[in-house]
Amino acid sequence: MIAILDYGSGNLRSAQRAFERSGVEVVVTSDRDVALNAAGLVVPGVGAFAACMRGLINVGGDEIVRARVAGQRPTLGICVGMQIFFRDGDEHTNGELHKGVGVWQESVSKMKAPILPHMGWNTVSVTGNSNLFSGLTDQSFYFVHSYAAKAPVGIAQAWTTHGEKFLSAVEDGAICATQFHPEKSGDAGLALIKNWVAML
Amino acid sequence: MALSIRIIPCLDVTDGRVVKGVNFTDLVDAGDPVEMASLYNAEGADELTFLDISASSSDRETTLDVVRKTAEQVFIPLTVGGGIRTVEDVNRLLRAGADKVSINTSAIARPELIAEIADRFGSQVLVISIDARRARTESGFEVTTHGGRQSAGLDALAWVEKACALGAGEILLNSMDADGTRAGYDIGMITAVRAISKVPLIASGGAGSLEDFAAALDAGADALLAASVFHFGVHRISDVKKYLSGQGYSIRTNVTV
Repeated sequence: MIAILDYGSGNLRSAQRAFERSGVEVVVTSDRDVALNAAGLVVPGVGAFAACMRGLINVGGDEIVRARVAGQRPTLGICVGMQIFFRDGDEHTNGELHKGVGVWQESVSKMKAPILPHMGWNTVSVTGNSNLFSGLTDQSFYFVHSYAAKAPVGIAQAWTTHGEKFLSAVEDGAICATQFHPEKSGDAGLALIKNWVAML
Repeated sequence: MALSIRIIPCLDVTDGRVVKGVNFTDLVDAGDPVEMASLYNAEGADELTFLDISASSSDRETTLDVVRKTAEQVFIPLTVGGGIRTVEDVNRLLRAGADKVSINTSAIARPELIAEIADRFGSQVLVISIDARRARTESGFEVTTHGGRQSAGLDALAWVEKACALGAGEILLNSMDADGTRAGYDIGMITAVRAISKVPLIASGGAGSLEDFAAALDAGADALLAASVFHFGVHRISDVKKYLSGQGYSIRTNVTV
């Protein structure tokens, strides 16, 4: 069973349907035990870094993610759900940093690009041995964001360029994350979700 | 590779059906929204836009249902516009499964609505839709309301700047002079808006020939929205993308994996 963590971050029903396409049971939940014990946990996220982090802490989600990391239980962060896995982010602040969950000790910062948000379909270039992108060459994924991580973390990475090169996906043992929205990336996104489910 | 240009079919929805008029009159029934969304997804649409043109609140409830059904079956971004007046209206649509909302008249009437929506949900959910036409204003373009029939008394470029400052995440620029004519996008208007905005720009109104799509991109549009040319089969989305790819534009190839 897969749990999608509900901490007030938008509509999760279409995400639920997208994950169900892989033939697994999917629940949308903010229940601590369900989220801790699910075979896979999805941490979505839209909006601002600090607001997402507040919402996550409200349901004890930061502790849930840390516990799953410690136990190497499969966990997938999406969009701002990826960003809050990092140590901190500088969204909407004047130099002051918002603390993230701290799975990875790097920062998330504003992208340097002439047009922001980075909105639309872009390709990825994979480094390392990736399971997530298995069979997915030359595919595009849907991005909506103005902030990103730019330093390599994890065992395998995907990179995308918009103004500058940034980290568009990470695989780090049981912990995965995508800056793009696989649940909004058509057939390519559904295939990536299937790859993730196959890793559980 | 770079960010792909986006092709966005727009479905005008009322009472659970898709309609599209020429210059916003003479509506013709063009089909079922969920079916059309699935069809356009299969053809390679990069996003979908629903414009709710309902006259009554009971029809608006029907639209929420259409959004819900579509979002559960079609896994590409969905924008919904029409009749949105409050943050709560936005919340309902996002909860039904919309990824973005577009607001138009209500932002002109009360510009603070832009900041209220951006503060609550983030700029990335908010498309500011502008129905503009050529006029004797400072920039030569003015904002209109009521489907292009009335002047809003606003210079179009001044409005773009204000909307962006308040938190617009994207601009949907609809030429009321070109809308429904299939005589080409208003290239001068796209160029002028591109020059002063740093958010993504969607061009709309006037798409006819394949060359029209390329001209709008050359003028600085990031995405192209069209309705009647797709609904009535003048062009298929796959043909437009194939043509643009041949012209050297970065497009998303919809490879079935």
